[in-house]
Amino acid sequence: MTAGWIIDNLPALLLAVPMLGAFLTPLIGKFSEKGRNAWVLIVSFATFCIAAILTNEVLSSGTIVYTFGAQNPAAAIPPDSGGLPFRIIFTVDAMSVFMAISAAIVGFAVTLFSITSQSKMSGKDSFYALLLLMEVGILGMVCTGDMFNFFVFLEINSLAGAALVASRVDKGYAVEAGLKYAVLSTLGGLLVLFAIGLFYGQYDALNMAVIADSMQFGALDKIALVLLIVALAMKSGAVPMHFWTPDAYSMAPSSVTAFLVVASQASLYGVFRVVFTLYNVTLDYATIGWIIIILGVLSMFIGVSMAIPQKDVKRLMAYHAVSQTGYMLLGVGVGLAVLGNAAMMDAFGMTAMEGGLFHIINHAMYKGLLFLTAGAIFYQAGTRNLNKLGGLGHEMKWTMVFFIIGALAIAGIPPFNGFASKLMIYESVFLFSPILSIIAMVVSILTLASFVKVFHSIFMGPKLPEYSEVREVPRFMLAGMGILALLVILFGIFPQQVVDFLITPAATALVDQGSYIAAVLGGA
Amino acid sequence: MIYNIPYIAAGLVIVIGIAMMVTKKNLIRIVMGLALVEAGVNLFLVATGYIAGGIAPIFTNSPGGEMVYPTVQAMTLTNIVIGIATTALLLSFVMIIYKKYGTVDVDKTGRLKG
Repeated sequence: MTAGWIIDNLPALLLAVPMLGAFLTPLIGKFSEKGRNAWVLIVSFATFCIAAILTNEVLSSGTIVYTFGAQNPAAAIPPDSGGLPFRIIFTVDAMSVFMAISAAIVGFAVTLFSITSQSKMSGKDSFYALLLLMEVGILGMVCTGDMFNFFVFLEINSLAGAALVASRVDKGYAVEAGLKYAVLSTLGGLLVLFAIGLFYGQYDALNMAVIADSMQFGALDKIALVLLIVALAMKSGAVPMHFWTPDAYSMAPSSVTAFLVVASQASLYGVFRVVFTLYNVTLDYATIGWIIIILGVLSMFIGVSMAIPQKDVKRLMAYHAVSQTGYMLLGVGVGLAVLGNAAMMDAFGMTAMEGGLFHIINHAMYKGLLFLTAGAIFYQAGTRNLNKLGGLGHEMKWTMVFFIIGALAIAGIPPFNGFASKLMIYESVFLFSPILSIIAMVVSILTLASFVKVFHSIFMGPKLPEYSEVREVPRFMLAGMGILALLVILFGIFPQQVVDFLITPAATALVDQGSYIAAVLGGA
Repeated sequence: MIYNIPYIAAGLVIVIGIAMMVTKKNLIRIVMGLALVEAGVNLFLVATGYIAGGIAPIFTNSPGGEMVYPTVQAMTLTNIVIGIATTALLLSFVMIIYKKYGTVDVDKTGRLKG
């Protein structure tokens, strides 16, 4: 009975559990600090479990449509509406659960890490409430099938994110970064809303499936497309709209930074959803594909070349995050550029898209891990300046191991997960255009060079007298990093299984616009 | 033509807001520019829901005639609420920055570079 009810209402529970958890957190925190920590951990683990069950359901029985406020949630179109789904609908397909599960895993690891890393800070009640709210925003963005709902979750995500970035005031620096992030995300959100208004004015609909079904690709749709891509690419931190990334990523508490990576990827999901589900072949896919490819290549190259001279370890990692976003854009962009050509799509388009999507989940894992290790270093040594750090490897052995795993994964060295997805991108992109593939490899080598330098200056060398008090970080922080490190290794050793189980369905769901529309409108 | 005036006005307000955000050096004015963009988007949304001679969709004692479908109005209300939260958050950030730095001038606050 209960199990059946849970299965029926999974998409709603996915949001309801963390949202309820977020609002109850300050209340529980009033009574007991330990109780609140346990509560936050339980909520975030429950969210992960729901995401896992939902993933299993969607991958085994196909897209789940959930209508809010309807007597029967599965019925998207009320009988007396004249064939229009006017309620808020969640359309959870393989792509959505793929994003949701990666967000939920990182969310749990981040919560685990924060329990200790935030223990010296004030205002922990609101910190955890915001962390859970941000998770709500991310999960909502990836699950919703309604454009306006997407905007609302985007705003929840941005506001919670900005407040978290600024949460450690740090003489005003963090607040400045938070302000920058908030202003840009709000502007982006308003552009998205304007585009939604354009859609509504033309098609009288907010539901993505209905808009996709009646897409004309007229002048207004082109304007809407430009607005959506600009706004969402800005939020995902792609060059040339990347300037907020290093500030926000480096100034936020490390656990938040690991989660901001996932928030950026939710916006990246928005770009892909708009391009593939809303427009698909109606748009000039070769041109848009090339635009996304160029954005990707620029992000890769500018990101890595800005990263090399950085002195602040988190700022350096933030630029690498920009660079890695480029790989995802490159992979999916190549898939988009050959979207209408079935032969090329089979030859390399699908592989490129799978590589790009696989890189999303891999990036969430290893980048999250790297930011958490940076947080561990900052927690113990009290500085992020590479010139001052040194010799920490003697005491922080586990952190060092986790850092090595993350660094090798981001540089694309086997047997870690970064290698698996990058190999897919290299191979398929090489068939499309060899020069792009070569650029991608060069960027990987530069990434490796940069991380060798970081590794050397943090962990190697003799013990420094000012760090004689440094010890290994507490267990909770190690556990948070351990989960991600384990996944990095597992995904690297068994890439084929992961691709078959998660990635291929996601890529297929993204490309196949017809089945998305049919899931909501019922075979129309 | 006359029906396009609200759209043109909305576009104008948005452009003025963005121009203000880009050119002004005072953080509070940047936040004001953002509020203008938001007002423009709200105006645009409401304008798309306009039907000449349409009445509010309240069925009790309705005088009859064409009713408007109130989705955009609901969207606008939602966006106004979100906008209030955003503006409050941004202004509180500006407040903290002023307390810590003693200035709200972008040229002097920009300490995160490179």
